[in-house]
Amino acid sequence: MSQIKSTSVEVRLPSRLGYEKVAMSTAAAVAKLMGFREDRVEDLKTAVAEACINAIEHGNRMNEGLSVGVVLSAGKDALEVKVIDDGKGMKGPQPKPDIDRKIHGEEDPRGMGMFLIQALVDEAEWVAAANGKSSYVRLVIRLDKVAE
Amino acid sequence: MQSETKSRVDQLTSPAGHPVTVLRFEGDIASTSKEAVLGTYHSLPKETAKLVLLDFSKVDYINSSGIALVIQMLIEASNSDQKVYAFGLSPHFTKVFTMVGITKYAGLFPSQTEALAAL
Repeated sequence: MSQIKSTSVEVRLPSRLGYEKVAMSTAAAVAKLMGFREDRVEDLKTAVAEACINAIEHGNRMNEGLSVGVVLSAGKDALEVKVIDDGKGMKGPQPKPDIDRKIHGEEDPRGMGMFLIQALVDEAEWVAAANGKSSYVRLVIRLDKVAE
Repeated sequence: MQSETKSRVDQLTSPAGHPVTVLRFEGDIASTSKEAVLGTYHSLPKETAKLVLLDFSKVDYINSSGIALVIQMLIEASNSDQKVYAFGLSPHFTKVFTMVGITKYAGLFPSQTEALAAL
């Protein structure tokens, strides 16, 4: 991300499934203000939603006493999103799901969130905080991404 | 916070004369949608519902848990000699379904008319 000047928006979510849609809507609003194309806004929405679901389910283990932080930093040519939880961090990246193995019962039908995140944004990294708490996933989506 | 998933079943006949069971969904498809997705699918008679068409035209939000429910349905359909197709997905979710490989086991169509014409 070439320049992240502090055009920053922060959202704090309860660790309750469904509230990822608040982060999703906020990220979409920021991306639209920055001039992202509609298809890239949709990519971002899914990536942010999946990151928040992971934070709620795995990071904060559905503990409603803990919140998920979402920090959106709008730069000149990219939007960075950090989704922060109180977990120990997740291992990334994940391999592409194998639909044949899933259909034949050799792989769990679930577990596609991290793959979708990686596939839909330009950068995704999972960072485990040194103190074992406040881990985060950092996503970057670039404004000049050419349609595939 | 998640909008409740509604579902209903319609029985149609394709132009080729085949009976087609349409599962119509409305709302979010997420972890809370198990009954609406799998419960409705389980209510179909497996002996006669051989062509199953999923209608996503009134679905705005599908997350990975919802996709997993669709895959679970495809697993069961595969074991019951049923064919599953879908229509009405937005361009974004058409891309997502393609990325995760669902299109290998469920043909996607833009509309119900186009789906029925192919069945």
